[in-house]
Parts: sequence; C-alpha cells; structure tokens
Amino acid sequence: MTPRQRRWLFAIAAAGLVACYLWAFAGLPGFGHYPGPYGPEILKHAIAQTNATGVVSAINFDYRGFDTVGEEFILFTAAAGMSVVLRKLRGEREGRGEREGRAKSPYDRARNRDLPPTSDAVRMPTLALVGPVVLIGWWLAAHAQANPSGGFQGGVILATAFMLVYLSGEFLAFRRLSPVALLDCAEALGAGAFVAVGLAAVAQGLPYLDNFLPLGQVPGAVSSSGTIALISFFVGIEVAAAFTLIIGELLEQTLLVRAGGR
Amino acid sequence: MAVFPFLVVAWIIAAGLWGLVTSRDLIHQIVCLIVVQSSTYVLLLGVGYVTGGVAPYFYDISPHAKAVDPVVQALALTDVVVEAAVTALLLSFAIQAHKRFGTLDPHDLAEFKG
Repeated sequence: MTPRQRRWLFAIAAAGLVACYLWAFAGLPGFGHYPGPYGPEILKHAIAQTNATGVVSAINFDYRGFDTVGEEFILFTAAAGMSVVLRKLRGEREGRGEREGRAKSPYDRARNRDLPPTSDAVRMPTLALVGPVVLIGWWLAAHAQANPSGGFQGGVILATAFMLVYLSGEFLAFRRLSPVALLDCAEALGAGAFVAVGLAAVAQGLPYLDNFLPLGQVPGAVSSSGTIALISFFVGIEVAAAFTLIIGELLEQTLLVRAGGR
Repeated sequence: MAVFPFLVVAWIIAAGLWGLVTSRDLIHQIVCLIVVQSSTYVLLLGVGYVTGGVAPYFYDISPHAKAVDPVVQALALTDVVVEAAVTALLLSFAIQAHKRFGTLDPHDLAEFKG
C-alpha cells in the first residue's frame, strides 16, 4: 500500500469515527452534570462501609478490586513479555565496556569515543535524592486509604529511586541493587499476595476480595480500612518491582552489541 | 463552555491518529499511540465532573461535601497503568525490529514479510 492509498483509507475511517463521535457526543450528559448513579451511590456509603477517606482507593482495592487484579496482571504480563522479547538473541553478547570491566553506564555506540565519567555535580544530588524518594514512595503506598495515593503511585516512585542510582552513572550499582531474580520474586509476591488476600476472604465463607479485616476507628488513619491498606501495600511492591524490571531490561539493551561489533 | 472538554478530547484523538498514519518511525508511532490514549483521561474526567464538586478525598473535609464522580477517576488510574505497561512492551518490539531489520521505518519494515 502506498502512503497515498493509506491516507485515503484513513480519511474514510476517520469520517466514520467522526460520525460515531458526534453521535456519542449528543448522548453525553452536559459537562458538570454527571447523572450517576454508581459514583454518587459509592460516595454516599464508601466512608461508612470501608473507613477509607480516599474513595478512589476504596473503589480500586475494594468495590472494584477484582478489576484491579486484572489490571495488575496486565502489568505483570507486560514485564514478563518484555523479558521474553528482549532476551539475548543468538549472535549478541555483552558490550565491550562490560568485558573491560568499566560498564558503569551503557556503552556508547561511537567506537573511539571515551565515555566521560559522570560529574560529581550530577552524582551527588541524584544519590542524595534516593533516600527521600524511597521514603515518599513508601509513604504513598501506605496511605491509599487517606489521600490521593496508593500502591500504584507509590510503586512508580519507588522504581524512580533505582533510576536515580542509574542516573548517577552507576549501571553496575543499579544491577547490584536490583538483581533480576530478587525483582522477579518481589513482583510475583506482590501480584500473588493480592490474589491471596482475596482468597483469604473466600476461605472464611465471604465473597472474593471481601474486606474481612478490622476497619479501625478513625477514618483515613493508617490502621484503618482493612484490606484496602493491605492490598495497596502489596500493589506497591508489585508495581515497583515491575517498573524496575522494565527499566532494567531497556537499559541492558544498550549494553548488548551484536556479533561483528556493530 | 459546556462542550469544551469534549472538543479537547476530539482534538487530542485527531492529533494522535494523524501522527499514527503519517509517521515514518516506530518510536514516533508509539508516542502517537500514547497521545491517542491520553484523550481517554480527559474524556473520563470530563464525563465524571460535577459542577462545584471537590476531589473525592475526605480526609480533612466533611464526608458529605459534594464531590466529582470517583469511579471514572479510578478508571483513569487503571488507564495510566495499562498505558505504561503497553508502551514498555511496544518499545521492546521496536528494539527487536531495529535489531533484526536495521530500520524503524514502518514503510521499510513492511517489505520484510515472513
């Protein structure tokens, strides 16, 4: 198909899309007049039922917890799929920098260019940020029941801490801090624990993912909201591990050189 | 003013789709796909907005305060996570395509069938 033909095909499909969009648009409630009833109903009962003041978390980890299991396994599958797609192919080996024991950062493609070492001005602030970033990540993962936070947000920020180690110019330190086997275990543990919390409810004769833990006294406190806080914690582990794995896989690609030294 | 958010949605979709169709680079195409998907955030949050509503978090305000719809916000969160996962997977396919065929141009890649 020539680009010209492709554009014509796109024009026809786009016309259909525009027609469907306008049709759907005519049926939308006016902006600011959301009719419900699902959302308003949850708003009315969520705090009393779950003791979580973050209603979005209550939906993600309790009311629609089953959907979130599926969502988490999409992330799990993507990370697993990446390690399959990016496995070392025949004819690939670790880069020259690796062999000479100086693979501090991914190897530069240009052959006769020396890698400038990461300057202290970059290294010091990034390393100094690692601690606070880990703290913020855990804080977010532990406060799903109170604030706009939770395992997903916290997990991504935790993964950022590993990125900072890499940015400071220490690829090998990044690898040492995040060995693939450990990350695989953490990811599996996070995903499995979510499912296990749901099954624990079934074992007591309750529906799957039913909130069976004590809800605490104060709405929004760290100890409140039962399984919501617990699941958010495990999701945080899973997301942090999955994203660190994904980032590591991509970074490792820059260390690979094809046979023939290209 | 009432239709403005939905016009923004249409504009983001159109910009992303146009990029997808005309792009000559796989990485650029993946970014265009992200742009298309970003429109769903605006759509979800636009649909769930309630005039004068606060965010559905009641840690320091009355639990009876008028709030926007929390369900679409939870959906938007799901959307972000899935997008990140899908993008990572697509990028790894692009890396392998470049390794195998030495090009990222979808037009050239179409010639390497089988």
